Amino acid sequence: MADFQIKKSSKVYDVIVVGSGAGGGMTAYMMAQAGVKTLLLEAGPMYDPAKNVTQMKWPWESPRRGASTTFRPFGDFDAAYGGWEIEGEPYTQKDGTRFDWFRSRMLGGRTNHWGRISLRFGPKDFKRKSIDGLGDDWPIGYEDVAPYYDKVDQLIGVFGSKENLPNDPDSIFLPPPKPRLHELMIKEAATTIGIPVIPSRLSILTKPINKDRGACFYCSQCNRGCTVYGDFSSSSVLVKPALNSGHVDVIANAMVREVVTDDTGKPVGISYVDKTNLQEYQVNGRVIVLAASACESARLLLNSRSVSHPNGLANSSNVVGKYLHDSTGASMGGILPKLIGRKRYNEDGVGGMHVYTPWWLDNKKLDFPRGYHIEYWGGIGMPGYGFGFGMQNLNGKYPGRDGQMKPAGGYGASLKDDYRYFYGATFGMAGRGEAVAREDNYCEIDPNTVDKYGIPVLRFHYKWSEFEVKQARHMKATFEEIIQKMGGVITWGKSGPEDNYGLETPGRIIHEVGTTRMGNDPKKSVLNRYNQAHDCRNLFVVDGGPFVSQADKNPTWTILALAMRASEYIIEEMKKQNI
Amino acid sequence: MDRRKYLKTLAVGTISTGVLLESCKTETTPPPPPPPDPVKEQGGHDRQPNEVEHFKKITGEKFFDDHEMATLTVLVDIIIPRDEKSGSATDAGVPAFLEFIVKDMPRHQLPMRGGLKWLDLQCMKKFSNPFVNCTEAQQIEMVDAIAFPERAKPEVRQGVAFFNTLRDLTATGFYTSEIGIKDLGYEGNRANQWDGVPQDVLDQYGLKYDERTLAESVKFDS
Repeated sequence: MADFQIKKSSKVYDVIVVGSGAGGGMTAYMMAQAGVKTLLLEAGPMYDPAKNVTQMKWPWESPRRGASTTFRPFGDFDAAYGGWEIEGEPYTQKDGTRFDWFRSRMLGGRTNHWGRISLRFGPKDFKRKSIDGLGDDWPIGYEDVAPYYDKVDQLIGVFGSKENLPNDPDSIFLPPPKPRLHELMIKEAATTIGIPVIPSRLSILTKPINKDRGACFYCSQCNRGCTVYGDFSSSSVLVKPALNSGHVDVIANAMVREVVTDDTGKPVGISYVDKTNLQEYQVNGRVIVLAASACESARLLLNSRSVSHPNGLANSSNVVGKYLHDSTGASMGGILPKLIGRKRYNEDGVGGMHVYTPWWLDNKKLDFPRGYHIEYWGGIGMPGYGFGFGMQNLNGKYPGRDGQMKPAGGYGASLKDDYRYFYGATFGMAGRGEAVAREDNYCEIDPNTVDKYGIPVLRFHYKWSEFEVKQARHMKATFEEIIQKMGGVITWGKSGPEDNYGLETPGRIIHEVGTTRMGNDPKKSVLNRYNQAHDCRNLFVVDGGPFVSQADKNPTWTILALAMRASEYIIEEMKKQNI
Repeated sequence: MDRRKYLKTLAVGTISTGVLLESCKTETTPPPPPPPDPVKEQGGHDRQPNEVEHFKKITGEKFFDDHEMATLTVLVDIIIPRDEKSGSATDAGVPAFLEFIVKDMPRHQLPMRGGLKWLDLQCMKKFSNPFVNCTEAQQIEMVDAIAFPERAKPEVRQGVAFFNTLRDLTATGFYTSEIGIKDLGYEGNRANQWDGVPQDVLDQYGLKYDERTLAESVKFDS
């Protein structure tokens, strides 16, 4: 290693952004609009859904027929590069607890394959402690974020319906698609037992909003990335125009080691390793914005130790990495006998559900403090790996096309026809709920382990509490009630106390937030109300880390709104020479 | 991009494929072998380097030996035979799919290999021949014994488990093939405008869209 050296760039940027997902993409976009000289660092390769195409491919075009691999955990056509396990980039667990960490290493990050569920947080979601005494209130309220939600709606586009619900504020909506057949049946059943079912709210363009992006053509494959940019991904909707502005440079395959500080402890730049040639680099900037994902940004701060910051950068509070929380999840599914032998037509629709259930109950009357929403799926989708599995559990239970019962399983022409007969009759539903943020759910630096670049890795400590288990129990009871009411038969997802009512392992819902939370008290929070580090004025975090509490909503729309708000603040503060 | 423009673009893609197929049919002299398709060579679309490496590694190996493959070929066509609507499992390339999938998902290897061995031993005891060398009637007798989990005898439970797995993989391999998708009548994976459930289907189930849904949902100019 005689030639080991760090190549230092002489160019000084106004702003360096680490990570190109929702938060980083938005920051780069805002800086580009303001003409601020910006560098965007991304740990994965470049990605453009118009060029890196998996959309509109048939199952037989994948030798594994679309099955998942460790490289693509959501299936062979899914847009995410990465997953819960990445070769050479481990993470560890502590005290027998478990947290599964999903990382997309690519331009646009996880926004390339996400579910496009774009929900605003409601007024109550920023003030949970005031309501139930648990966790903490945010230092800001809905009224602070609302103008930015409006701007995000208009910039990116989201469909939905005006409902005037108290804690599920309406966006500026494009028209929603009509419900599919099973969705009409779910709506009819759930509504009669007091569970609301309303049009879903997804960032998919049912109408064009500008000349750069096409409208949805209803292939149901948003998770593969859209060749006409008909849905939101940071890569196509934010980073692409940012790069076109000429004000933003991007460096792909840049795995960031740490934030570099000067002798006074002030952040002055970023050091990274180029994954393609393993050379070391340092770039300097006036303002550093971390948007590497909640856990990756916490890792970066904790790894940025110096004499001035022995505990890690921006960590005088000792709060970095703590209050990690993911959404809860539990699911159930079955078959709707009335849909057996159904007529065929194209019901692909948009990528995801056309209807959903926002949280509808009052937690004061329940034995768990926070709510959940319900997502639905089903219908005549494109077959992929797993199609037809378990027919022996199905074809002995229902009369066949000829009205006769027959023994389960089998083979031959009669079996062959069963697959046609039962096709399109299955459905499922899943709850996505709010967990209570706790100090003792955290990530920290593993003192013994580094990744293949020599960067110390994260070690997780995460346990669900009784609150989340009771919430999952309530989800399952609700699902059973809906399924019963619609005349469905449950074929999977029944569970009890022995498996925490099917509550998913923390990290599996991929909504992790809270590791660099904001607050007014520098002793109890990492960032102030503008996503700015209490300890360093020129350091910001704009991913899910700043969240004080997750809501019963998906975090992306709020990450985007807060990143836009923080970007405006950065631009103002730079103008005022405060940073 | 303008909606019509890209609908057209997508349509042109479909047409040109048809034209290519057409021109192949009318060739009188056999055309030179096509150059290797880089996408297929890499096992799919938009592959990352680690995916290409994995694909090359597993496709460079052979898992099932000739006897095992011959046995599977008979079995999959018993499970999914040709009928009046479509071809058989082997017509749809299921044996090749099985060879790939057990290498891609090594958890299937032992149950498949052991299950095939179990089957041969049963046939040797009963009919003094391995499965492929048995008469058609003997093969069906053997399959009948393991294909119906609820009536199978307890002593053939291992065979039932093997057959359940093979039924699953055969059905998936068949119904995700071009032949199988056409057979199923899946009509999607094409650019279209979703304007709700067709009226005759709504009528069949006694459902309708309420007025608010009709008023607020996206509308298309025809």
